[in-house]
Amino acid sequence: MLRYVFRRLLTAIPTLFLIITISFFLMHIAPGGPFNMERGIPPEIKANIERVFHLDEPVWMQYFRYLGNLAHGDLGPSYILINFSVAELFAQSLPVSIRIGSWAMLLSLVVGSAMGVLAALRHNKFIDFFIVTLATGGSTLPTFVTAPLIQLIFGLTLHWIWIGGWHDGELSAAIGPIVTLALPQLATVARLMRGSMIEALNGHHIRTARAMGLSDFSVVVKHAMRGALLPIVSYAGPAAAGLVTGSIIVETIFQIPGVGRAFIDGALNRDYTLVMGTVILIAIFTILFNFLSDLLYALVDPRVRYD
Amino acid sequence: MKPVLELKNVKVSFDTLDGNVAAVKGANIIVRAGETIAIVGESGSGKSQLMMGAMGLLAANGKAEGKALFGDQNLIGMSKVQLNSIRGSKITMIFQEPMTSLDPLYTIGNQLIEPIKRHSHLDHTAARMRALEMLEFVKIKEPERRLRSYPHEMSGGQRQRVMIAMALANNPELLIADEPTTALDVTVQAEILELMASLQKKMGMAMIFITHDLGIVKRIANRVYVMRKGEVVEEGDTKTVFAKPKHEYTKALLDAEPSGRKSPTSPKAPIVLSGSNVRVTFNIGGGFLGSPVIQLKAVDGVSLVLKQGQTIGIVGESGSGKSTLARALLRLLPSQGAINFEGQSITGLDKTQMRPLRKQAQIVFQDPFGSLSPRMTVGQIITEGLIVHEPAMTKAARDLRAIQALEEVQIDPALRNRYPHEFSGGQRQRIAIARAIILKPKLIVLDEPTSALDRQVQKQIVDLLRDLQKANDLSYLFISHDLAVVRAMADYVIVMKDGAMVEQGSVDDIMDHPREQYTRNLMAAAFSN
Repeated sequence: MLRYVFRRLLTAIPTLFLIITISFFLMHIAPGGPFNMERGIPPEIKANIERVFHLDEPVWMQYFRYLGNLAHGDLGPSYILINFSVAELFAQSLPVSIRIGSWAMLLSLVVGSAMGVLAALRHNKFIDFFIVTLATGGSTLPTFVTAPLIQLIFGLTLHWIWIGGWHDGELSAAIGPIVTLALPQLATVARLMRGSMIEALNGHHIRTARAMGLSDFSVVVKHAMRGALLPIVSYAGPAAAGLVTGSIIVETIFQIPGVGRAFIDGALNRDYTLVMGTVILIAIFTILFNFLSDLLYALVDPRVRYD
Repeated sequence: MKPVLELKNVKVSFDTLDGNVAAVKGANIIVRAGETIAIVGESGSGKSQLMMGAMGLLAANGKAEGKALFGDQNLIGMSKVQLNSIRGSKITMIFQEPMTSLDPLYTIGNQLIEPIKRHSHLDHTAARMRALEMLEFVKIKEPERRLRSYPHEMSGGQRQRVMIAMALANNPELLIADEPTTALDVTVQAEILELMASLQKKMGMAMIFITHDLGIVKRIANRVYVMRKGEVVEEGDTKTVFAKPKHEYTKALLDAEPSGRKSPTSPKAPIVLSGSNVRVTFNIGGGFLGSPVIQLKAVDGVSLVLKQGQTIGIVGESGSGKSTLARALLRLLPSQGAINFEGQSITGLDKTQMRPLRKQAQIVFQDPFGSLSPRMTVGQIITEGLIVHEPAMTKAARDLRAIQALEEVQIDPALRNRYPHEFSGGQRQRIAIARAIILKPKLIVLDEPTSALDRQVQKQIVDLLRDLQKANDLSYLFISHDLAVVRAMADYVIVMKDGAMVEQGSVDDIMDHPREQYTRNLMAAAFSN
């Protein structure tokens, strides 16, 4: 087991390295740079700034300089928000994204699984069709449609929630983005859970459990649901990584100062260090959550053993 | 004797997209205390669904009607709570699929203890003691350790023993066994049957044995019900039914044992295929920082010589390496040792060099459902090989060959534009055979070609294969775990166990005078009735 953990962490290094390299060069291929502003600054000042940030060097030199700094844990200064380092920007934005993302994940896992189980137990009955319709709707409606709808109904009309801004993370400000983020995940979890639960309920070991006169609760919860959770576990890892590193659309619409916002601002302004930092952050979270979901999988299914 | 369970005019039907389908059309069955009855019939006869219906275990679209009287209570239409107090305590069941009938996510102990606690007043410690006792009862070795094992850590036979332990732990009055040995190897089958018979004597419960295997019926049942297309067509004392079957269908079933022998080949016949000291090893594990590589010897130094017109039967239980050996001989798997085909060494040939020889050596697989492409017509399926091996042939000529091949396997050639799903299992196996013989091969490897078929159909396929062999002077490598079929098909038999050859000899020598203990066990298990 320890050996497996060690091996997984070791293989993460070349993966990260590859992601960093590809993103770095892709970003520099894109036209423009951080200081090509519309209100042209005098060329000599621009050259000065670029020298300070080593942007006048060849790209490969910048690449190795970046790698060198990174090895010391330095993500560099932001080129646009001059007085902040990238690490400082993350210190502010990451907690916000993690908070919204984890609540959204929790909500979609709990409610989605429950809906999926309910639909499976009433397979081909009204409630099943109802849930399937809801879930299909939920996964087809894009967040840029649901977010304004939520703002319109619960913010502008009912005045229950803030339609934008973080307001120190107060519930009435966080609930809008949390629900918007959760909806498509919830729909996917519900559909996955329904499918795997229907399959589990038709399993031979469920027939055995019924033939042995076990209670419905034991048949459904102990014997069917645990196995049916396995696809959810595989799905939840990468999904959680996506949620906690912030959603560009949701954070933009709700004016939430999270990682997603930082990323989109950085990309639009060619804030090279900020974009690279975000890419690395998302990559680390993705690798980490995939790893956690694999470990959790083995915990639920004794047939899976890592060595 | 008072009846334990009495089924009165039980009907089972399913709501399907094609409307309401009747699976059981009114069956009457009685089981008395302490007796064993058998319900026999071929697949689709409704024998399993009848009991599932009585026990409230039908699929969601199934419906049971009629009376299933347990004492004075009718199980059909009973509330779930009431039914759950009978199922697992007074009436218990075991099923065909030992590999999947236990929950893979819980230990054996957990699964054994749960129904004991539910149906008795035992506390956890006492229930655990009972579970341990039951494991000893069904002769599981190291029961204490096994309580902590997961199903996937046990063999099929062991899992079936665990199922039996679970079913008997609450001292039931009736045990319903639905094809409990069908998925097991013959020697394991014999052990499980013996175990069930002895446990019944000890515990005195009644048994309903659902099976398609008449050998098992003869061995275990006091009385027998024969089912066909959802109806009981004959019932009576086992001995009487076997000796004087009244219904045509029963007669046909009894007559369906593969019979006859293959006519011997001339000793001067040329050698078609020979292999000497063939070995196949698989590497398990390895990889980046992975566990060390383990070498598994799937075939360990087997030699054989197959002459023209001859059939060599390769027998052994699952995992003995018989299919792997055949694949290695056809160079479908990398192997060591020398292989000669038609006097030419094929040991070192690569894929391209092997191609012209592939026409000469064909293979027919066990599964007639999975081995035919569902998206091609029968005509396309059987002529596909011709397109590869005789590309110059015109479409009309190919069609003519297809007609001939289908006639040879007794399928109406007019049906060649239909798709495989429109044919029955036996017909599909004929199509698979037509696909092989259309290339006019010298050698056909038959990998369990009759194992997925009902007895009656099996017999027809055996007859067909023998006729084809005689007409075309074919050589067969016949792989099977079914010794009755091997006896009817083969000249020569090789017995394999754990990748090695245990014994070989003419079919009569091996069947009638086996020298090795393993072969004797195989024979005893297969022909004990």
